[in-house]
Amino acid sequence: MSRLHVSLPGLNMKNPILPASGCFGFGKEYAKWYDLSVLGGITIKAATLEGRFGNPTPRVAETESGMLNAIGLQNPGVQKILENEIPALQPFNIPILANIAGSTEEEYIEVTRQISSSPQVSAVELNISCPNVKEGGIQFGTHYRSAANLTRKVKAVSEKPVYVKLSPNVSNIVEMAQAVEEAGADGLSMINTLVGMKLDWRTGNPILGNKTGGLSGPAIKPVAIRMIYEVSQKVSLPIIGMGGVSTAEDVLEMMSAGASAVAVGTANFVNPYVCPEIIEQLPKLLDEIGVENISEMTGRSTKQWKTPLSSR
Amino acid sequence: MKKHLLNVTSNIEIARNIFEMKLTGPGVGSMTTPGQFLHVSVGNHSSKLLRRPLSICDVDLDREEVTLLYRAQGEGTKQLSQKSAGEIVDVLGPLGNGFELAENDHNRKALLIGGGIGVPPLYYLGKHLKSKGIEVTFILGYQSIEDSFYIEKFNEIGETIVTTVDGSLGIKGFVTDAMMNVMNDEPIIYSVGPAIMLKAVEERAGGLRGYLSLEERMGCGIGACFACVCPTETRESGYVKICSDGPVFKMGEVVL
Repeated sequence: MSRLHVSLPGLNMKNPILPASGCFGFGKEYAKWYDLSVLGGITIKAATLEGRFGNPTPRVAETESGMLNAIGLQNPGVQKILENEIPALQPFNIPILANIAGSTEEEYIEVTRQISSSPQVSAVELNISCPNVKEGGIQFGTHYRSAANLTRKVKAVSEKPVYVKLSPNVSNIVEMAQAVEEAGADGLSMINTLVGMKLDWRTGNPILGNKTGGLSGPAIKPVAIRMIYEVSQKVSLPIIGMGGVSTAEDVLEMMSAGASAVAVGTANFVNPYVCPEIIEQLPKLLDEIGVENISEMTGRSTKQWKTPLSSR
Repeated sequence: MKKHLLNVTSNIEIARNIFEMKLTGPGVGSMTTPGQFLHVSVGNHSSKLLRRPLSICDVDLDREEVTLLYRAQGEGTKQLSQKSAGEIVDVLGPLGNGFELAENDHNRKALLIGGGIGVPPLYYLGKHLKSKGIEVTFILGYQSIEDSFYIEKFNEIGETIVTTVDGSLGIKGFVTDAMMNVMNDEPIIYSVGPAIMLKAVEERAGGLRGYLSLEERMGCGIGACFACVCPTETRESGYVKICSDGPVFKMGEVVL
């Protein structure tokens, strides 16, 4: 077994790296740049029941060490994704984490039912944290009771393990994590983007067509690390960590905070080869700190603090 | 598609806030289609993460040198303008689909219309068309004389009509104000600029055939992030991705 191997419910990964949902389309664009079979897995773009066009442009705005996006869950709808997009990933033989979204509980349930029945889909990622759509998305993800309720219903129909993608735009993320664990989630994905805004100072107008958007990139990494650190100590679910990861060092930091696998998002735009480059770099960093298997990295931060500070 | 590390050979201000950057390296050999763009990283380890889509203005295949013109307006492009000869610039590309030239276009005249920082790709396109024996006329629109650039170089390729908004050079007004007098021969139209200008060009062109190249804020630049979409009534999906389906579209293909 490779030293980079990690195993999470439904996701048997040869390394802990997968692209984050929405930052990698359905994979075919990046497949022109490198062989996707090197990845630990792939998270595909959110599926809704019907096709969606998304938000008005501009949909991206740059910020310090980050970016805002407000795409608005543009996708061709679950049926076309099942017919055209998922089969195209077959040759790469990597686990597929299918992100699902909706405006209503019924939509989430139906999308889950359809997509989880595909033999190619390894697990589903319940997107209750998209900040860029008016209905659904984050409205299920900012109150623990509605999050738990939706998780329970989606779990009831899903043929694959369910990861709930948590929003950082909440007052108590631990409470959210505990609620969805209680409701039967198999894992957590965290964090989604932070709601933000950028104005043109000359005109006073928002840059984004949607006015507000989700902040991603290195700027949010400390927020992600803190939240994963807190949540991982209070729940026993495996965590797919994400939020501003762009280097192999970032991956090991996030695993130390409590993540079992790590998704890379915005960094793909900066460097299309970032995922394979990180994967290549990881063994060198493990050698540097004398760790044999990368799975040993998960949650190191909480273990190390067991020694009182005063005795160091 | 590839990432290239190119060497800066020069990077100079040629008009107000307009920079001409020349880059060299083996990757330049693939940049043979006018209308394509490079997705340019503006700094090393900079807090500006996103790449800037910059149109290819000219390519010298013998010298393996590509020319990009850009406006240093925001922080990112200002950083790019600080690069000096010998420094490295990280680019993806060439990306997107450039201008195509149908076989039956060869005996037609071409009218190339550009506004502001949309002007640069018309230079490489003009050279290509001329090399195929096509008579080329340019209409170039700028804010004012201080913002104008490359006019003499365009003149070497074909007749060049200039418009400025303030009337400080050429015809006072917009590019569309100069179109009427040069459309008698039913030229094929090629236009690059902001959507509002392209819309006006399309309307003024009547039924003439042509191609438009769109500008938009981009994320990935390769079609994965869905940031730079544009509505269309000609495709089942209802949209096109400017970076990977375009940036060049047939006139009438997209809803401006």
